[in-house]
Amino acid sequence: MTPVALAAIVGLAAMVLYAVFGGADFGGGVWDLLAWGPRRTAQRAAITEAIGPVWESNHVWLIFAVVILFTCFPPAFADIATGLNAPLCFALVGIVMRGAAFVFRNYATDSPTLVRVWTVIFGIASLITPFWFGDAIGALATGRYAWLSVFALSTGVFAVVVCAQIAAIFLVREADDTALREDFRKASIFATLAVWVVGLAPTVIAYGEEPKLFAGFLSTAPLIAVGCAVLLGLVVMFALARRHADAARLAVGAEALAILVGWFGAQAPALVPGRYTYVQAASSDAMLVAILIAAACGAALLIPSLLLLFAVFKGPRTTADYDSKASGG
Amino acid sequence: MEHVIAARAQMGTSLAFHIVFAALGVGLPLLVFAAEGLWLRTRDRAYYDLARVWAKGMAILFAVGAVSGTILSFELGLLWPEFMKQAGGIIGLPFSLEGFAFFIEAIFIGLYLYGWEKLSPRAHWLSALPIVISGPISAAFITMANAWMQMPTGFRIVNGHVTDVQPLVAMFPKPWLTEVIHGTLAAYVFTSFAVASVCAVAWLGGARRRQVSHGITVAMTMAALALPVQMIVGDVAARFDAENEPAKFAAMEAEYRTQRDAPITIGGIPTQDHITGAIEIPELLSILVAFDPHAQIIGFDRIKPDDRPPVAATHLSFDTMVGSASALVLVVLGWLVFVVRRKPLIRPLGLAIAVSAPLALLALEAGWFVTEFGRQPWIARGLLRTSDAVTTAPGIDLQFYGFSIIYVVLAAMSWWLLRRVDHDSLQAQRGGPSSPIPAAS
Repeated sequence: MTPVALAAIVGLAAMVLYAVFGGADFGGGVWDLLAWGPRRTAQRAAITEAIGPVWESNHVWLIFAVVILFTCFPPAFADIATGLNAPLCFALVGIVMRGAAFVFRNYATDSPTLVRVWTVIFGIASLITPFWFGDAIGALATGRYAWLSVFALSTGVFAVVVCAQIAAIFLVREADDTALREDFRKASIFATLAVWVVGLAPTVIAYGEEPKLFAGFLSTAPLIAVGCAVLLGLVVMFALARRHADAARLAVGAEALAILVGWFGAQAPALVPGRYTYVQAASSDAMLVAILIAAACGAALLIPSLLLLFAVFKGPRTTADYDSKASGG
Repeated sequence: MEHVIAARAQMGTSLAFHIVFAALGVGLPLLVFAAEGLWLRTRDRAYYDLARVWAKGMAILFAVGAVSGTILSFELGLLWPEFMKQAGGIIGLPFSLEGFAFFIEAIFIGLYLYGWEKLSPRAHWLSALPIVISGPISAAFITMANAWMQMPTGFRIVNGHVTDVQPLVAMFPKPWLTEVIHGTLAAYVFTSFAVASVCAVAWLGGARRRQVSHGITVAMTMAALALPVQMIVGDVAARFDAENEPAKFAAMEAEYRTQRDAPITIGGIPTQDHITGAIEIPELLSILVAFDPHAQIIGFDRIKPDDRPPVAATHLSFDTMVGSASALVLVVLGWLVFVVRRKPLIRPLGLAIAVSAPLALLALEAGWFVTEFGRQPWIARGLLRTSDAVTTAPGIDLQFYGFSIIYVVLAAMSWWLLRRVDHDSLQAQRGGPSSPIPAAS
């Protein structure tokens, strides 16, 4: 495999990890905004607890993806940052406000007004970022940076719904209380249905408005990927119906992977359709090899650290454990 | 607002904001690590409380630092696409290594902040160690990329195209070591004075509990260790500039003409071709640079007018940095006198420590201004001019205003919360709800 292909795969991997883990955190913010019913406060607490220890590291996948893009494919980065300047700025505003709002509301506990204000900002910011990143990806796929096109806006909405789906399913497993678990299970089923309905929009719009992109999706690899995504959606539904939280979690992660692979495949070999292929945009082999070696060494440090983090906070839970968290922070 | 001015204003605001959080992100983990370690060793509850309070501050500062750093990684492309197009493929290595170092920081900060009840006291203390180590390492990688902008290396230009890239050579441009040491120490210096100052303000307000005096001792110890080294490294860095970056040095020192027996110029109101109202000390610049009063110092007359950095910004920033650092030295000396004589703190010294935080902030920001203004008009010296690197995307001035408002809100909220964290610890001391101390391991 060439260094260019390897670098592209590392970049894709970072994006998938960000979409799943970072996406789950944004989706958590969406459910925080939509918290409903008698257990509203408990739902918010469960979301806070789930996001708290991991959002900083989940967020780093984004930085990692950006760094891979600007070190391995610098002209493409320059071109995208110019063409999609506005939607990327909006996504950034969301990132800043979400991250800041999350700590602010957790530490401003003695001022109910400020907690309320930052909770609303937290929820809205959690909608903004996935929407504009989704929009940016859609706009990139159009090949003319049409970030205000109906197609790009529809991929933005789709991204928000997928994040909400991932979050709801992750929360089923995170919640310790049975009633809460059922709340999030209902939310998961609802969100999965929403993914199917909303997912039709970009497909139909692409058929009408973006014939080139639609044709791209009709080649073998993307078709298989999209087929897998649909099948995995069914697996998610089935696992939720049977209350298999772990199976649902794995399936929804794989679904996000399949969607992104489908998009990559439909554009391939273009990185920026109509402007740069991966090969045209790539840095020198010396640079790519250096980055890949650095990535391999970094992963050797990173993977055990991440496993430790998730083992401590996302391992099997006991009720006693849950009670003691109330005083944490 | 003119396009390139708006872009520079936005980049400058973003960095001026981020550098505060980044510096505290490097320095604060060491203080927290020291305090918790002292608690484990002495079982003095005051150290434990100190670690808890500082860790809360660390949580807020780290979160804001992480998101403001993300803005910067995007702004490299959103504002300076031409620069990234050329430089991304040359200085990518330190950037990607920084990604990993920062990742380790983020992972262990999660473990540390949320792990008080989940880990044994010893394991919890040790979970801070990766943050203590990876903080300065990630700062060093970013500074290496900055050093490359000062003196680009590790590539050749053939027919206007970058070729023959050597990533490992590009990672270590000539100024890398002085810049890395000077930049990293600046983080420790700033953090130690910021924390000492917060404690001193509490002390001046009448708080006499051990937590406060321990806080001053731990933070001022760090300051006393870091500041003298920082002054020496700063001196080396200035001499490095005199030899390798004459345009920057001439701007720093407001040297308009090349001369022997060069005097040092302090303060004044400089323009691009003359300075008024400055204090001059004969021959001192020649002595400082070459240890020889007759040594020749290169002035602006040897630099092409198009390649001259803005004198006013560079010179005044330089003097501000040196001036505030010198004042900080006096604060440290004053504190040392009391420590050596084992005397209790007196009010004037408490006041001096309290005002050291703004001085340290001035030194930090002004020092960074010197590097960056002194590099102008180049974004990467000799390779690409700032005005040629800027984006063609519209609405950059709106972006500048928008992000500036966000920074003001974030700064105000962080400030309010950090004060609240301090206030909470006071409450705890007065018998309010307090975190239980875990049993000894």
